[in-house]
Amino acid sequence: MTPYADWISGALGGALIGLSALALLALMGRIAGISGIAGALVEGRRDGFGWRLAFVAGLVAGPLLHAVLRGGEAVAVRLDVGWPWLILGGLLVGFGTRLGSGCTSGHGVCGLARLSPRSLAAVATFFAVALAVVLVTRRVLGPAAGFGG
Amino acid sequence: MRIQRILAGAGAGLLFGLGLALSGMMDPARVIGFLDVGRLVGAGVWDPTLGFVMGGALLVTLPGFALMRRRGAPLLADRFEWPSRRDIDRRLLLGAVLFGAGWGLVGFCPGPALAALSSGLAPVFIFVAAMVAGFLLFRLLAGGK
Repeated sequence: MTPYADWISGALGGALIGLSALALLALMGRIAGISGIAGALVEGRRDGFGWRLAFVAGLVAGPLLHAVLRGGEAVAVRLDVGWPWLILGGLLVGFGTRLGSGCTSGHGVCGLARLSPRSLAAVATFFAVALAVVLVTRRVLGPAAGFGG
Repeated sequence: MRIQRILAGAGAGLLFGLGLALSGMMDPARVIGFLDVGRLVGAGVWDPTLGFVMGGALLVTLPGFALMRRRGAPLLADRFEWPSRRDIDRRLLLGAVLFGAGWGLVGFCPGPALAALSSGLAPVFIFVAAMVAGFLLFRLLAGGK
């Protein structure tokens, strides 16, 4: 198992994510779904364009602020797959979250908090599929197929 | 009102990105470390952090959203935009299957992928470009809906 300190940072970071979702709801009356916010931006929806763009800008600035608070040390971003898998994965995440009306934030952090049966079904489904895909790619296929290198 | 809404969006986004960085979930290796349950029985160290992140978030949103339910209107908008659908249809489940597959392949979901653009790493930009293409592909196939 990993160090307890990681779990505590995880819970605190999660609470900040929850606070962000709560703030967006209390101020704007909107559910903080990242795929919904980013998707609407990409589709060029006129209404709410300003706050959505500002949200994504803040999302990118957040980790920079975190690095400054830590004395200039940025969080690692470690990917263990090559570009063909990055492209396939990106397409699946983009298309899938729009078709399924949400991702880990909209269905996970917000939907579960609303006790939505749709979100519970979506969360159970995407977790089950992700577990299975990781099992097959990292345990069965492995580095020979470009995973876990 | 408009400038207030933009500031609210920026503040909420900043908090979200800060939370993602602090939680460790901006790093796909940590997410795979949770999803790779084979580590519980085989080689490697299983990382339960993602569970604590979801728990920490729900500890805030569960009571917070319940409280909001009792309020009439948000501060900077006319009304709450609560999702109203409760049916579980094929579209929802197929979307979740495709998203789960992409998430497992790479270890990125939309929030962490966008936040990780801050690293300036080329592979992150490749993933986000493909994700944006996925958004557009959906828009193309789903039409005006």
